[in-house]
Amino acid sequence: MAKARVLIRPKEGILDPQGKAVERALPALGFEGIEHVRVGRMVELEAEDPEQLAELCEKLLANPLIEDYEIQTL
Amino acid sequence: MIWGVLQFPGSCDERDALHACSLMGEARLIWHESRDLGGVDGVVVPGGFSYGDYLRAGAIARFSPAMEAVAELAAAGGPVLGICNGFQVLCEAGLLPGALLLNESMRFICRQLDLVVDGPKSGARGDISAHRRGDRLSIPAKHGEGRYYAPEEMLDRLEANGQVAYRYAPGQNPNGSARDIAGVTNEAGNVLGLMPHPEHAVDPLTGSTDGLRIFEAMARVAA
Repeated sequence: MAKARVLIRPKEGILDPQGKAVERALPALGFEGIEHVRVGRMVELEAEDPEQLAELCEKLLANPLIEDYEIQTL
Repeated sequence: MIWGVLQFPGSCDERDALHACSLMGEARLIWHESRDLGGVDGVVVPGGFSYGDYLRAGAIARFSPAMEAVAELAAAGGPVLGICNGFQVLCEAGLLPGALLLNESMRFICRQLDLVVDGPKSGARGDISAHRRGDRLSIPAKHGEGRYYAPEEMLDRLEANGQVAYRYAPGQNPNGSARDIAGVTNEAGNVLGLMPHPEHAVDPLTGSTDGLRIFEAMARVAA
Protein backbone atom coordinates (compact mmCIF):
# COMPACT_ATOMS: atom_id res chain seq x y z
CA MET A 1 0.00 0.00 0.00
CA ALA A 2 1.28 3.42 -0.92
CA LYS A 3 0.59 6.30 1.39
CA ALA A 4 -0.65 9.45 -0.27
CA ARG A 5 -1.89 12.86 0.67
CA VAL A 6 -4.36 14.88 -1.37
CA LEU A 7 -4.46 18.65 -0.95
CA ILE A 8 -7.66 20.36 -2.07
CA ARG A 9 -7.88 24.14 -2.41
CA PRO A 10 -10.53 26.60 -3.52
CA LYS A 11 -9.70 27.69 -7.06
CA GLU A 12 -8.03 31.06 -7.65
CA GLY A 13 -10.59 33.81 -7.86
CA ILE A 14 -13.29 32.00 -5.87
CA LEU A 15 -14.24 33.85 -2.72
CA ASP A 16 -13.16 31.82 0.32
CA PRO A 17 -15.08 33.19 3.33
CA GLN A 18 -13.25 30.84 5.72
CA GLY A 19 -9.89 32.18 4.63
CA LYS A 20 -11.19 35.76 4.97
CA ALA A 21 -12.50 35.08 8.49
CA VAL A 22 -9.16 33.62 9.56
CA GLU A 23 -7.31 36.54 8.01
CA ARG A 24 -9.51 39.07 9.78
CA ALA A 25 -8.91 37.39 13.13
CA LEU A 26 -5.12 37.57 12.89
CA PRO A 27 -4.48 41.24 13.85
CA ALA A 28 -6.45 40.78 17.08
CA LEU A 29 -4.02 38.00 18.00
CA GLY A 30 -1.01 40.16 17.27
CA PHE A 31 -0.10 38.60 13.90
CA GLU A 32 0.77 41.30 11.41
CA GLY A 33 1.66 41.10 7.75
CA ILE A 34 -0.23 37.92 6.86
CA GLU A 35 -2.56 38.02 3.88
CA HIS A 36 -4.23 35.96 1.15
CA VAL A 37 -5.25 33.23 3.60
CA ARG A 38 -7.07 30.38 1.84
CA VAL A 39 -8.53 27.39 3.68
CA GLY A 40 -8.66 24.00 1.94
CA ARG A 41 -8.77 20.34 2.89
CA MET A 42 -6.28 17.54 3.20
CA VAL A 43 -7.12 13.86 2.74
CA GLU A 44 -4.67 11.17 3.79
CA LEU A 45 -5.10 7.70 2.39
CA GLU A 46 -3.39 4.45 1.48
CA ALA A 47 -3.84 3.05 -2.00
CA GLU A 48 -2.87 -0.22 -3.64
CA ASP A 49 -2.77 1.54 -6.98
CA PRO A 50 -1.85 5.24 -6.70
CA GLU A 51 -2.54 5.55 -10.43
CA GLN A 52 -6.26 5.71 -9.71
CA LEU A 53 -5.99 8.69 -7.36
CA ALA A 54 -6.41 11.34 -10.07
CA GLU A 55 -9.72 9.82 -11.10
CA LEU A 56 -10.73 9.55 -7.43
CA CYS A 57 -10.00 13.26 -7.03
CA GLU A 58 -11.95 14.23 -10.13
CA LYS A 59 -14.97 12.17 -9.15
CA LEU A 60 -15.18 12.54 -5.41
CA LEU A 61 -12.47 14.20 -3.34
CA ALA A 62 -12.52 17.48 -5.26
CA ASN A 63 -15.11 19.30 -7.32
CA PRO A 64 -13.03 20.40 -10.32
CA LEU A 65 -15.37 23.32 -11.00
CA ILE A 66 -14.48 25.03 -7.73
CA GLU A 67 -11.39 23.28 -6.39
CA ASP A 68 -7.85 22.41 -7.43
CA TYR A 69 -6.20 19.29 -6.09
CA GLU A 70 -2.66 18.10 -5.70
CA ILE A 71 -1.69 14.47 -5.07
CA GLN A 72 1.43 13.80 -3.05
CA THR A 73 2.57 10.18 -2.87
CA LEU A 74 4.66 9.65 0.25
CA MET B 1 -48.93 11.96 -11.51
CA ILE B 2 -46.86 9.86 -9.13
CA TRP B 3 -44.00 11.58 -7.34
CA GLY B 4 -41.07 9.92 -5.67
CA VAL B 5 -39.24 11.71 -2.87
CA LEU B 6 -35.74 10.43 -2.15
CA GLN B 7 -34.57 9.89 1.38
CA PHE B 8 -30.87 9.77 2.26
CA PRO B 9 -29.39 9.29 5.68
CA GLY B 10 -29.40 12.89 6.90
CA SER B 11 -32.32 14.13 4.77
CA CYS B 12 -34.69 16.24 6.86
CA ASP B 13 -37.23 17.83 4.53
CA GLU B 14 -38.57 14.71 2.86
CA ARG B 15 -41.82 14.72 4.87
CA ASP B 16 -42.77 18.25 3.79
CA ALA B 17 -41.80 17.37 0.21
CA LEU B 18 -44.05 14.30 0.37
CA HIS B 19 -46.89 16.44 1.69
CA ALA B 20 -46.41 19.03 -1.05
CA CYS B 21 -46.32 16.33 -3.74
CA SER B 22 -49.39 14.63 -2.31
CA LEU B 23 -51.33 17.86 -2.91
CA MET B 24 -50.55 17.43 -6.61
CA GLY B 25 -50.99 13.69 -6.96
CA GLU B 26 -49.66 10.54 -5.38
CA ALA B 27 -46.37 10.63 -3.50
CA ARG B 28 -43.99 7.91 -2.30
CA LEU B 29 -40.83 7.93 -0.25
CA ILE B 30 -37.86 6.22 -1.93
CA TRP B 31 -34.94 5.03 0.19
CA HIS B 32 -31.61 6.00 -1.35
CA GLU B 33 -30.42 2.38 -1.62
CA SER B 34 -33.21 1.53 -4.00
CA ARG B 35 -32.00 1.25 -7.57
CA ASP B 36 -35.63 1.06 -8.70
CA LEU B 37 -37.82 4.16 -8.54
CA GLY B 38 -40.95 2.03 -8.84
CA GLY B 39 -42.30 3.70 -11.94
CA VAL B 40 -42.72 7.22 -10.54
CA ASP B 41 -43.23 10.05 -13.05
CA GLY B 42 -41.10 12.61 -11.27
CA VAL B 43 -38.63 12.83 -8.40
CA VAL B 44 -37.89 15.33 -5.66
CA VAL B 45 -34.41 15.27 -4.13
CA PRO B 46 -35.17 16.91 -0.78
CA GLY B 47 -33.30 19.16 1.58
CA GLY B 48 -31.28 18.21 4.61
CA PHE B 49 -27.74 17.11 5.25
CA SER B 50 -27.27 13.91 3.28
CA TYR B 51 -24.33 11.92 4.65
CA GLY B 52 -23.73 14.72 7.14
CA ASP B 53 -22.55 16.98 4.30
CA TYR B 54 -19.19 15.23 4.69
CA LEU B 55 -16.50 16.21 2.19
CA ARG B 56 -18.81 18.65 0.36
CA ALA B 57 -22.57 19.02 0.54
CA GLY B 58 -24.11 16.44 -1.81
CA ALA B 59 -20.78 14.88 -2.78
CA ILE B 60 -21.46 11.44 -1.31
CA ALA B 61 -25.23 11.26 -1.90
CA ARG B 62 -24.69 11.47 -5.64
CA PHE B 63 -23.25 7.95 -5.56
CA SER B 64 -26.42 6.45 -4.08
CA PRO B 65 -28.04 3.73 -6.20
CA ALA B 66 -31.24 5.80 -6.38
CA MET B 67 -29.30 8.64 -8.00
CA GLU B 68 -28.38 6.39 -10.94
CA ALA B 69 -32.07 5.85 -11.51
CA VAL B 70 -32.74 9.59 -11.13
CA ALA B 71 -30.10 10.31 -13.80
CA GLU B 72 -31.90 7.89 -16.13
CA LEU B 73 -35.27 9.50 -15.43
CA ALA B 74 -33.75 12.93 -16.08
CA ALA B 75 -32.22 11.75 -19.35
CA ALA B 76 -35.63 10.45 -20.42
CA GLY B 77 -37.13 13.90 -19.82
CA GLY B 78 -38.80 13.19 -16.49
CA PRO B 79 -39.12 16.07 -14.04
CA VAL B 80 -36.53 16.17 -11.26
CA LEU B 81 -36.65 18.85 -8.56
CA GLY B 82 -33.72 19.33 -6.20
CA ILE B 83 -34.37 21.50 -3.19
CA CYS B 84 -31.53 22.92 -1.09
CA ASN B 85 -29.34 19.89 -0.31
CA GLY B 86 -31.10 18.23 -3.26
CA PHE B 87 -29.87 21.09 -5.47
CA GLN B 88 -26.35 20.48 -4.16
CA VAL B 89 -26.70 16.75 -4.90
CA LEU B 90 -27.87 17.41 -8.49
CA CYS B 91 -24.95 19.80 -9.09
CA GLU B 92 -22.47 17.27 -7.70
CA ALA B 93 -24.04 14.59 -9.89
CA GLY B 94 -23.53 16.76 -12.97
CA LEU B 95 -27.28 16.88 -13.66
CA LEU B 96 -27.22 20.65 -13.12
CA PRO B 97 -24.50 23.19 -13.91
CA GLY B 98 -22.53 25.04 -11.23
CA ALA B 99 -21.85 24.50 -7.54
CA LEU B 100 -23.06 25.75 -4.16
CA LEU B 101 -20.47 27.28 -1.85
CA LEU B 102 -20.38 28.43 1.75
CA ASN B 103 -22.55 31.53 2.27
CA GLU B 104 -20.55 34.69 1.87
CA SER B 105 -21.50 35.71 5.43
CA MET B 106 -20.34 32.31 6.79
CA ARG B 107 -23.68 32.23 8.64
CA PHE B 108 -26.57 29.83 8.29
CA ILE B 109 -29.49 31.92 7.01
CA CYS B 110 -33.17 31.18 7.64
CA ARG B 111 -35.72 33.65 6.30
CA GLN B 112 -38.74 34.17 4.10
CA LEU B 113 -37.72 35.85 0.87
CA ASP B 114 -38.97 36.75 -2.57
CA LEU B 115 -37.94 34.91 -5.71
CA VAL B 116 -38.40 36.43 -9.13
CA VAL B 117 -39.30 34.01 -11.89
CA ASP B 118 -36.80 34.14 -14.73
CA GLY B 119 -36.39 31.31 -17.21
CA PRO B 120 -36.49 31.13 -20.99
CA LYS B 121 -36.89 34.35 -22.89
CA SER B 122 -39.02 32.75 -25.57
CA GLY B 123 -41.78 30.31 -24.79
CA ALA B 124 -40.33 27.96 -27.37
CA ARG B 125 -39.12 25.31 -24.99
CA GLY B 126 -41.15 23.67 -22.25
CA ASP B 127 -39.62 24.76 -19.00
CA ILE B 128 -40.02 23.75 -15.41
CA SER B 129 -40.18 27.35 -14.22
CA ALA B 130 -42.78 28.31 -16.83
CA HIS B 131 -44.83 30.61 -14.68
CA ARG B 132 -44.88 34.15 -15.91
CA ARG B 133 -41.46 35.77 -16.08
CA GLY B 134 -41.15 38.52 -13.50
CA ASP B 135 -43.67 36.98 -11.08
CA ARG B 136 -42.64 37.06 -7.44
CA LEU B 137 -42.90 34.03 -5.17
CA SER B 138 -42.59 34.22 -1.38
CA ILE B 139 -40.58 31.16 -0.31
CA PRO B 140 -38.46 30.47 2.77
CA ALA B 141 -34.74 29.71 2.52
CA LYS B 142 -32.57 28.01 5.17
CA HIS B 143 -29.02 27.01 4.39
CA GLY B 144 -25.36 27.51 5.16
CA GLU B 145 -23.98 26.60 1.75
CA GLY B 146 -26.17 28.24 -0.84
CA ARG B 147 -23.89 30.61 -2.70
CA TYR B 148 -24.44 29.69 -6.33
CA TYR B 149 -21.24 29.71 -8.32
CA ALA B 150 -20.36 29.05 -11.93
CA PRO B 151 -17.57 30.52 -14.05
CA GLU B 152 -18.54 33.77 -15.82
CA GLU B 153 -18.77 32.22 -19.27
CA MET B 154 -21.01 29.47 -17.91
CA LEU B 155 -23.25 32.09 -16.27
CA ASP B 156 -23.52 33.93 -19.59
CA ARG B 157 -24.49 30.69 -21.30
CA LEU B 158 -27.09 29.84 -18.64
CA GLU B 159 -28.69 33.26 -19.03
CA ALA B 160 -28.65 33.05 -22.82
CA ASN B 161 -30.26 29.59 -22.67
CA GLY B 162 -32.90 30.69 -20.20
CA GLN B 163 -31.60 28.22 -17.62
CA VAL B 164 -31.72 30.70 -14.75
CA ALA B 165 -35.13 29.74 -13.39
CA TYR B 166 -35.32 31.94 -10.29
CA ARG B 167 -33.40 34.86 -8.86
CA TYR B 168 -33.51 36.41 -5.43
CA ALA B 169 -35.48 39.66 -5.61
CA PRO B 170 -33.24 42.74 -5.76
CA GLY B 171 -31.59 43.35 -2.41
CA GLN B 172 -32.60 39.94 -1.02
CA ASN B 173 -29.68 37.75 -2.10
CA PRO B 174 -29.02 35.98 1.25
CA ASN B 175 -25.78 34.19 0.44
CA GLY B 176 -23.73 36.03 -2.17
CA SER B 177 -24.93 33.92 -5.11
CA ALA B 178 -23.58 34.94 -8.50
CA ARG B 179 -26.04 37.21 -10.34
CA ASP B 180 -28.63 36.68 -7.56
CA ILE B 181 -29.29 33.16 -8.88
CA ALA B 182 -31.56 31.09 -6.63
CA GLY B 183 -32.35 28.23 -9.02
CA VAL B 184 -31.25 26.83 -12.36
CA THR B 185 -32.42 24.17 -14.78
CA ASN B 186 -30.54 21.82 -17.05
CA GLU B 187 -30.43 22.61 -20.74
CA ALA B 188 -33.51 20.53 -21.53
CA GLY B 189 -35.46 22.29 -18.78
CA ASN B 190 -36.72 19.16 -16.98
CA VAL B 191 -34.28 19.23 -14.06
CA LEU B 192 -34.60 22.13 -11.64
CA GLY B 193 -32.57 22.91 -8.54
CA LEU B 194 -33.16 25.77 -6.13
CA MET B 195 -31.93 26.69 -2.68
CA PRO B 196 -35.21 28.05 -1.19
CA HIS B 197 -37.84 25.57 -0.02
CA PRO B 198 -41.11 25.53 -1.99
CA GLU B 199 -42.26 22.49 0.05
CA HIS B 200 -42.42 24.72 3.14
CA ALA B 201 -44.73 27.15 1.36
CA VAL B 202 -47.78 25.07 0.43
CA ASP B 203 -50.20 25.87 3.26
CA PRO B 204 -51.69 29.23 4.34
CA LEU B 205 -50.78 28.20 7.90
CA THR B 206 -47.12 28.91 7.16
CA GLY B 207 -47.77 32.24 5.46
CA SER B 208 -47.44 31.49 1.74
CA THR B 209 -48.68 28.94 -0.76
CA ASP B 210 -46.41 30.16 -3.56
CA GLY B 211 -44.34 26.98 -3.32
CA LEU B 212 -47.19 25.06 -4.90
CA ARG B 213 -46.63 26.92 -8.14
CA ILE B 214 -43.16 25.42 -8.44
CA PHE B 215 -44.59 21.91 -7.97
CA GLU B 216 -47.30 22.73 -10.52
CA ALA B 217 -44.65 23.81 -13.01
CA MET B 218 -42.84 20.51 -12.40
CA ALA B 219 -46.03 18.58 -13.02
CA ARG B 220 -46.43 20.31 -16.38
CA VAL B 221 -43.06 18.91 -17.44
CA ALA B 222 -44.33 15.39 -16.77
CA ALA B 223 -47.57 15.96 -18.64
